[in-house]
Amino acid sequence: MATLNINGKSYEVNAEPDTPLLWVIREQVGLTGTKFGCGIAQCGACSIHLNGAVTRSCVLPLAAVGPNDKITTIEGLSSNASHPVQKAWKEIDVPQCGYCQSGQIMAAASLLANNPRPTDAQIDAAMTNVCRCGTYQRIRAAIHTAAGDTARAAEIMKNEVTVV
Amino acid sequence: MNDITDITKAMHLENSQLENPSRRDFIVKSAVAGGGLALGLAGCATGTEGNAPYTGPVTEINSWVLVRPNDDVVIRIARSEMGQGTLTGLAQLVAEELDADWSKVRTEHVLPGQNLANKRVWGDMSTGGSRGIRTSHDYVRRAGAAAKIMLVQAAANEWKVPAGELTVDKGVITHKASGRSTTYGKVADAAAKITPPELKTIKLRDPRQWKIAGKPVKRLDTDDKLDGSKKYAVDVTLPGMVHAAIMDCPVFGGKLVSFDQSQIASMPGNPRALRVNETTVAVVADTWWRAKKALEALPKVWDEGPNAKVQQSDIMKHLATGLTGNENVFADTNDGDALKAIAGAAKKLEAVYEVPFIPHVCMEPMNATVRLSPGKAECWVATQNAEASMATLSQTSGVPLNQCEVYKMDLGGGFGRRGGNQDFVRQATQIAMQLPAGTPVKMLWTREEDLGHDFFRPIQHARCSAGLDANGNLVGLHIRVSGQSINAFAAPAAIKNGRDIRQLQGLWKEANMFPNDAQFGYTLPNLRIEYAMRNTHVPVGAWRGVNTNHNGIFAECFIEECARAAGKDSLEFRRALLGKHKYHLGVLNAAAAKGDWGKPLPAGRHRGIAQFMGYGSYSAAVAEVSVNGNDVKIHRMVLATNCGHAVSLEQIAAQVQGGVGMGISTLMSECSVRDGRIYEINLDKLALPKVQHMPKVETVIAPTFDFWGGVGEPTICVVVPAVLNAIHAATGKPVRHIPFNNGMRLV
Repeated sequence: MATLNINGKSYEVNAEPDTPLLWVIREQVGLTGTKFGCGIAQCGACSIHLNGAVTRSCVLPLAAVGPNDKITTIEGLSSNASHPVQKAWKEIDVPQCGYCQSGQIMAAASLLANNPRPTDAQIDAAMTNVCRCGTYQRIRAAIHTAAGDTARAAEIMKNEVTVV
Repeated sequence: MNDITDITKAMHLENSQLENPSRRDFIVKSAVAGGGLALGLAGCATGTEGNAPYTGPVTEINSWVLVRPNDDVVIRIARSEMGQGTLTGLAQLVAEELDADWSKVRTEHVLPGQNLANKRVWGDMSTGGSRGIRTSHDYVRRAGAAAKIMLVQAAANEWKVPAGELTVDKGVITHKASGRSTTYGKVADAAAKITPPELKTIKLRDPRQWKIAGKPVKRLDTDDKLDGSKKYAVDVTLPGMVHAAIMDCPVFGGKLVSFDQSQIASMPGNPRALRVNETTVAVVADTWWRAKKALEALPKVWDEGPNAKVQQSDIMKHLATGLTGNENVFADTNDGDALKAIAGAAKKLEAVYEVPFIPHVCMEPMNATVRLSPGKAECWVATQNAEASMATLSQTSGVPLNQCEVYKMDLGGGFGRRGGNQDFVRQATQIAMQLPAGTPVKMLWTREEDLGHDFFRPIQHARCSAGLDANGNLVGLHIRVSGQSINAFAAPAAIKNGRDIRQLQGLWKEANMFPNDAQFGYTLPNLRIEYAMRNTHVPVGAWRGVNTNHNGIFAECFIEECARAAGKDSLEFRRALLGKHKYHLGVLNAAAAKGDWGKPLPAGRHRGIAQFMGYGSYSAAVAEVSVNGNDVKIHRMVLATNCGHAVSLEQIAAQVQGGVGMGISTLMSECSVRDGRIYEINLDKLALPKVQHMPKVETVIAPTFDFWGGVGEPTICVVVPAVLNAIHAATGKPVRHIPFNNGMRLV
């Protein structure tokens, strides 16, 4: 048995020490907002916050996490989707299929926690999650929106769709 | 190499099954009899209400429209939502004719078992070929209009005034003369008892007068994608459920010989290995991670068969024989004498293009949950064709169709992978058949399985030849496409007399089996377009845009080479050839205008242009790139589409952006064959675009209001040629092979 602190709650889990945290969260704890995408930390669908730092949980073994480590999943990012990143995602209508968006939102929230006003280059460097639907333009605009850089967000969204 | 494997045989069955329902005549009958249906549907997943399904009273006005006492309007959606926004678009069309209050519109899914039980009152549920709206707009709009007529009549009856004196605005019915008003929620029960109007006589609103459709509205299905609460098929949990990890023979056409259960018996999770079918083994355990671990540890013996010797270079050589040889070749277009015209031309050009196998990489890996109980078969699955899923469930389990149900979940990506091929449903059913009755099993593929056993976009090469006269006019054009046929693999009956017309999608003449669907826009006195079928052992299938992807590259990159050889402007050269096809020309002009064609650019930036047609819609693009050494940066893309009627503007923009994202991925990576299997089976070997690679995308919608075209797929075919033509402009050299094999990389 291991004890985990997830979204401020304590959980006793029964899993082998080499079980990736992703599968502990999904199968033992039953929080399914964190997604399986590749299993090798390439796509970012499994992104969570570990002590505030964005972490790809599909390669992080249970043994590497202790009872005092604070794990935050998409379900615990805010109550009522009130985090600025979630609000910006809604305002810009970012998701298409939505499957990668938990991870995108967790990565963006971590970026903004460390850098409240990122440049485009900093967004490029920090946001390495894969979205196969191609929501990247709106992700970029939503990050600027969440950061309060409405001018840059508007520039990105300018002429996004025109009817002639 | 042309042997049909057992896998393909199974797929043929599944494909032929889903051909039949889609060909059945479908007549809309409003007002499904009985009140139980509405309740029956209320429990299924909804796009707008996430995980808190409404359980209160509701009145069914007809099979598509339901009204709640609080004036909420529920619109049933038969097509699958996979991110493309068809749920929102279809709801807009129904709400438009219904004159509903858009803020009160909710949606709910129709299930295939319910569709079957109700004589397919909801029509075709298949969601592919960019058909979600363009093949159902008429009957869903009529359903909305019919419901409005009934609701208004109910108010008129109550007030004893002629229905013609009533007006409706946002679900509020008003009788101006007497100053009375009521709402849809208040008259719904009375409306449901009224005899439905004759659907054919209903006059639908002129799309130019639309108030809800054709307007920018937010998606209806965003909220539960923001907080992790949305349940995808991969998240399904059922009482007593077990988990399965699966491995198919890595070599296509190989077989499973044996495995040794004793070696995993003591591993945690009570793992049990079982043979799924002739080619596949699975391990079932109490969690998926334990099943996967045990499957990896399980000793397995494969008979990889003769295909294990096949290398990518063998496939390339095989396709090369199609560029020059005359075996299995047919000409779809043969106007004038292209070969003679080219031979006698003042200037001759020739180029060979190569486009690889491409995987779908849906972010949600393939999965399905199946429960077989006495007299009942159920499946929870992400599917683009829920009726095909149900047919596969029934055929595999032996449970009659009318005792099957498929709970279709919104997809974590589709792109063509989850439509015609229902291999995941078949496998999960085969596993469930070996478990105690009533035991649900969730089967989930690894990404390695997903990439190793995709139905890939087929590999295609082309040899293009052209002749220019002394004035730089194109006097002859010859395109010979050589590559793998999707139909030969998936639907052989569709190939008539050896002619697989589908592979020339986008290069079609005007009159063929899909008139105006994907027509070649250039008019030339001497034009020859041929296809040489060169099949491989690799499974192939529909991939967003299907054959327009490579045909767009062949046509538009080679036309670019011709324009440059002629010393002419890329836009003007195309315009001169498009005079007989005003829709192609119109959308090209729209892209050129918004894309600032001919205007100055910052130093180091260059433009490329392309146009093509697919899925009944016309597309064109202008790309702006810079090339620094080998680093290619795509700065901006302006893409124009004429889809006839534009229903959901925001979704069109999102789909165009999606086309750019997927299109540019094909510049970055491919799936190739080593020892008969796919080499790039995870994302460490298969590079995909990320935020940094995405250019600024501007969508120009140029609707002509006289046809219904597709949206999800059409624009992707101009993305790559526009980018490659911009690189050609930047470097002076054509790019004829994707992904880049010339050292270039997207940055």
